[in-house]
Amino acid sequence: MANKVIYAVYDDPEQLKDGARKLVSAGIRVKDVFSPFPIHGIDPIIGVKRTRLAIASFMFGITGTCLALLGIWYFNIFDWPMNIGGKPSQALYKNLPAFIPVTFEFTVLCAAHGMAITYLIRNKTLPGMPARNPDPRTTDDKFIIEVRTADNHGHEPQGIEGLLQGTGMVEFNERAC
Amino acid sequence: MHAEAAIREPLILGHKTYADITNDIVGPIDNKAPRGWYILISIAALIAAYGTGCILYLISKGIGTWGLNKTVDWAWDITNFVWWVGIGHAGTLISAVLLLFRQKWRMAINRSAEAMTIFAVIMAATFPGIHMGRIWMAYWVFPLPNQFGSLWVNFNSPLLWDVFAISTYFSVSLVFWYIGLIPDFATIRDKVTRPVMKKVYGVLSFGWTGNAKAWTRFEEVSLVLAGIATPLVFSVHSVVSFDFATSVIPGWHTTIFPPYFVSGAVFSGFAMVQTLLLVMRKVMRLEAYITKKHIEYMNIVIIVTGSIVGVAYITELFISWYSGVEYESYAFINRATGPYFWAYWSMMTCNVISPQLFWFKKLRTNLGFTFFMSIVVNIGMWFERFVIIVTSLHRDYLPSSWTMFHPTWVDVGVFLGTIGIFFTLYLLFARFFPVLALNEVKSILKGSGESYKQQAAHHHH
Repeated sequence: MANKVIYAVYDDPEQLKDGARKLVSAGIRVKDVFSPFPIHGIDPIIGVKRTRLAIASFMFGITGTCLALLGIWYFNIFDWPMNIGGKPSQALYKNLPAFIPVTFEFTVLCAAHGMAITYLIRNKTLPGMPARNPDPRTTDDKFIIEVRTADNHGHEPQGIEGLLQGTGMVEFNERAC
Repeated sequence: MHAEAAIREPLILGHKTYADITNDIVGPIDNKAPRGWYILISIAALIAAYGTGCILYLISKGIGTWGLNKTVDWAWDITNFVWWVGIGHAGTLISAVLLLFRQKWRMAINRSAEAMTIFAVIMAATFPGIHMGRIWMAYWVFPLPNQFGSLWVNFNSPLLWDVFAISTYFSVSLVFWYIGLIPDFATIRDKVTRPVMKKVYGVLSFGWTGNAKAWTRFEEVSLVLAGIATPLVFSVHSVVSFDFATSVIPGWHTTIFPPYFVSGAVFSGFAMVQTLLLVMRKVMRLEAYITKKHIEYMNIVIIVTGSIVGVAYITELFISWYSGVEYESYAFINRATGPYFWAYWSMMTCNVISPQLFWFKKLRTNLGFTFFMSIVVNIGMWFERFVIIVTSLHRDYLPSSWTMFHPTWVDVGVFLGTIGIFFTLYLLFARFFPVLALNEVKSILKGSGESYKQQAAHHHH
């Protein structure tokens, strides 16, 4: 039997959630959900794990703090200490108050850009990438559940369609894949 | 879905569907621009071209073409710098601070406010750049290895903190803005029919899919970026104020400066948002999304920050007397009664007295009056910076070196030019970019849309 990909199209995110719940409780694995805006509460239903981007951001931030302090220590304390306006650069801890603004800014710079780049790479959204949403209407006003028969042996498309009847589904499309 | 209290006023008026929101925003991008847009951008581009000419003249001749003299060595340049940075504070405040506070009304205005922020920060960064005199050596502000030793930049100096603050603020705001734009560019990509536009918006949208995991990551990134942009936005104007506060000039050397500058920045930023949005909502017919309630909320922010600024002015005045320092007292007496009294009282009237009129609900919900007030506040905030900078300098310790500052045509031309460049960029944004955060506005439609709220109320009874 040829594998198929099934798209159940909805008009409303709440109804899509009902549909997804029905499928999952019938033991069907939902491959993905496409929507024009985030559907709150869909992740636990279809088993999407929490992202670790915030942890990545923290790591980037800490790296920035360390780099900034190391750099400032090297530039202004170790390599060429200057005495400007009677305020000498003596030791990192003595001048630390004056070094906080740049350290803070550099921490934010690394945390923000590190996270943004990680986000773009993880989402595979980079300049020149082709659009990969199954239907152009998912960026407008349609919400789509994607199910693959390859993931769900023993479930026929007809059976899946029958399960979703009465959940507010507006279209049911099958495609070979 | 999150249900909202019935007494909260709807944020989206009339009966809109998700598709209506798409069409209302993508339609103007897909269609020909109205004639008014061509007229406005022609005017703005002309002023921008004149300003660019003045900047090039300034760079080729040197900053002697400005009206600076040996006593007043900072004047319009730094006034304009601080003014533009201040304006550039509203965007991030709206999109970051109001996100953390879960204020849904931010969603209709955050996109254009952030665009404004980015353009304003570009204008601000122009001034320290051209003030260097030798702009081709601008890279000297960064700690780069060089042949003088290496002789490094001074990390104890607030001027260097400013370099890091402004460049971090600009690049982080830009990234925050663009990450929000990606899903909306995808909407345009999937909606327009002309192949060139499809191609361009396809590239801009980075191949966005809008699947569940992408949205989870999107929300996490937005939240974390908001979390780190919030202290960032407060740090930027604090650092700008350190340029003055860490010096020993009477009138500048005050610990009140950081919070005073930040609230002034929010005040002027919201005023500029009002100026731009009141025109844009009319021209682009966005009245259903940027409602009177949105305007009123922003006016409330203006009255709060305006009052904080007022308290700061009066505190400053009181402390100058209470400190018992003769020079400090003189700096403030000179501001209020000296030859620049007109600048001081313009500032007081525009920033402290006139925003108090917004206590009247009739006035703060009146669009014409709001527009007028937004201009008044912008003028007032420019005068605030002028007063702080020029009146503190022009009469220093030696009466023999007392002078006045007279701007030359280059001072005026460069300032006007930045206004022209700013409006040109903003008009281009309004024409080709999604002016509302489509994905965010859609997400509140069924909770805060007028017709949906009415339905919910009917169900209840």
